[in-house]
Amino acid sequence: MTQKLIPPSGFTRRGALKTLGLGAGALAATTAMPGFIQAQSSAPIRIGFQVHRTGIGASYGRWYDRTSQAAVKRINDAGGINGRMVELVPEDDGTDAKRGAEVIEKFATQSNCDVAFGTLFSHVVIGSAPRAGELKLPYFVVSEGHHVASGMLNRYTLQPGITDVKSQVQAMAPFVAANLGKKVCMIFPDFAFGHDHRDYFSAAFEAQGGTINAMIAIPPTETAFTKYFPQIPRDTEVIYHVMVGPAVLTFVKELGEFFGPSRPELFGFIDSLEAVDIASPGLEFLEGSYMWEGNPRYAQADQTEYDKAFRAAVGVDDNGASVSDSRDISTYAHMFGCWETLNIIKAGMEASGYQGQGDRAALIEAVEAMSAMPLGMDHPQGAKIFNGKTHQTFGHQYITRVESGKLLLAHTTSIEDTLYEDEVDYTTRSF
Amino acid sequence: MDFGPHLMLAILEGAVTAAILALTAMGLSVVFGVMRVVNVAHGEFYMLGAVIAWFVATTLGAHPALGFVAALILAPLLVGGLAAVADMLILQRIGYDPERTIVATIGMLYIIQQGTLMTFGPDARPVAPPFNSRIPLPWLEWAEGKLSFYYPWGLSITSYKLFVIAAAALILIALWLFMTRTRAGLVMRATQQDSAMAQAFGIPVGRVYALVFGLGAALAAMGAVLVVPIQQAHYLMGHDPLLLSFIVVIIGGLGSLPGTVIAAVLIGVSDGVISVFFSPTLAKITATLAVAMVLVFRPQGLLGKKAH
Repeated sequence: MTQKLIPPSGFTRRGALKTLGLGAGALAATTAMPGFIQAQSSAPIRIGFQVHRTGIGASYGRWYDRTSQAAVKRINDAGGINGRMVELVPEDDGTDAKRGAEVIEKFATQSNCDVAFGTLFSHVVIGSAPRAGELKLPYFVVSEGHHVASGMLNRYTLQPGITDVKSQVQAMAPFVAANLGKKVCMIFPDFAFGHDHRDYFSAAFEAQGGTINAMIAIPPTETAFTKYFPQIPRDTEVIYHVMVGPAVLTFVKELGEFFGPSRPELFGFIDSLEAVDIASPGLEFLEGSYMWEGNPRYAQADQTEYDKAFRAAVGVDDNGASVSDSRDISTYAHMFGCWETLNIIKAGMEASGYQGQGDRAALIEAVEAMSAMPLGMDHPQGAKIFNGKTHQTFGHQYITRVESGKLLLAHTTSIEDTLYEDEVDYTTRSF
Repeated sequence: MDFGPHLMLAILEGAVTAAILALTAMGLSVVFGVMRVVNVAHGEFYMLGAVIAWFVATTLGAHPALGFVAALILAPLLVGGLAAVADMLILQRIGYDPERTIVATIGMLYIIQQGTLMTFGPDARPVAPPFNSRIPLPWLEWAEGKLSFYYPWGLSITSYKLFVIAAAALILIALWLFMTRTRAGLVMRATQQDSAMAQAFGIPVGRVYALVFGLGAALAAMGAVLVVPIQQAHYLMGHDPLLLSFIVVIIGGLGSLPGTVIAAVLIGVSDGVISVFFSPTLAKITATLAVAMVLVFRPQGLLGKKAH
């Protein structure tokens, strides 16, 4: 990494001229500075938006982008933050950890951003957060990984707008044990996200008196699945599946073909089918199965006015698809996190009287001081409790059932179901 | 599941992989055999085939079978045409210089991939199979002193997967007949053996190259159309087939058609069996090790001819 940054040895005339030119430019910039500083109080607040525009996370990126743009529009329409407009500075991270860290660096050193925000995939977050910490750039992630609350990251990284995998799976265990069955076979992708499910669900489920009779790890790049299914024990009552990536449709289809008419109960995470139409050919097999959803994709009978307004603002219809193209399905279970995180950044900046980059530490302290976040237009997914020590938020989880190709709400967990003991106290770490 | 039925399931699944792989790798092999061009964009032609199949099937919107048949004809034609144009506009201009060809095809890879992302979008999209019924398979059992059939739990395949295997075999036979029994095939083989001499005999080598490049891409697209009702069209789906095709082509012998088929079956089935009974990672390790061993001990591949 550092090797790349070392310029080729030896001075050349051209190189020397360039350096001189840069120096002159810098001088000119400094003399122009005072005017700029004066103007800064009315200059827009710049939020670096790390987004999966390309790579494996591009479906998520597209909807994270739409949601964030809508949230910023709402904030600006209401007068901005501390009287200043908000400007998103989007930058593609290619769903790649190394590129993610470079994007963070660019936000901090080149594009003059106040804070960084965005990204979903855990490897990008884990790759970027250390750089954000070094550059002292507040980094608000919308990733649902347990890496924030586990203490793996740093004081500058927070996840206030979306719950983490550990609390999600923990809250699912009582429902599965009480309603679906006691013998569970888990099928998960063989990397950090899948391992979080494996570890936290199995522990929570065994605490409910159930048993995990098999754990089948599948490489995340796999495209054919039938060959793994014979490992499912015959006495399995429930299959718990969390496959991700573009091959998940194949996974569900082949599972259906493997079991034929008699299948065990199915419990899955919508992560598998985000941006995928539940009515797609091959998914008939999911009829009657249960799904975790961060936020129900289909407008439910008891839909709140906030959910309705949120859908309208982002441009999503009652089926969770884009209002302009019914085949363009949103990542509804996750993207609310962008909306809520941006509102939390706003609240934090207002509480700390944020003026400029010198107030970054104060901003983080202001967010750390937050706790209850009531259901409302700032938090349309539901009420939340933020834990300032672990930098992680906790909230309601939804379980829906596939009925005639739609996802209907079957159960809503309490926030208490999702709580666990603190594993870290970031507030004791220095800035 | 008992060992026997389990092994049979693994082999059947491996055979489906092998069938698709044989088609895709064959495209790569034909292009290399005739033109000596390493086409890094091959996987993207595969992806493009799948995406066009989705587009044709959803635009027609009629019975899935109709959409599928239309896709099976249109996708290879369109992809092949695009590849032939790319050959004339890019590869011919740089004179098939090996290094520049690789760089140029890498460029094509990114242009096709990102162009698809910008138009088709990042989502995986399914195509309905023309027919698809689950076929439970019987297994033999020695019970009470006599042989009897029974249907083990989970041992099944779908009619569509069987069709994929058969269709791939048919396409390969047709390709072989085309190469050995037709005038166009003769011209191709002549160009392969000695392009300078072929030109001296009045063969329009430039046009043959464009045709071959198009044919290679069309084969990849056919593989993709066959696979898209099993998997889904996605803009990044070309990566794995490209790697596996290279593995197959190196093991089978660059430019050797029978070698490519043998290697595809070997890699496809062993991948199925090893990943079921051991681990998927081990299957990949074995395939890569096989490539290394072939390169060390038999650089021309299993059935390839030694370079002169």
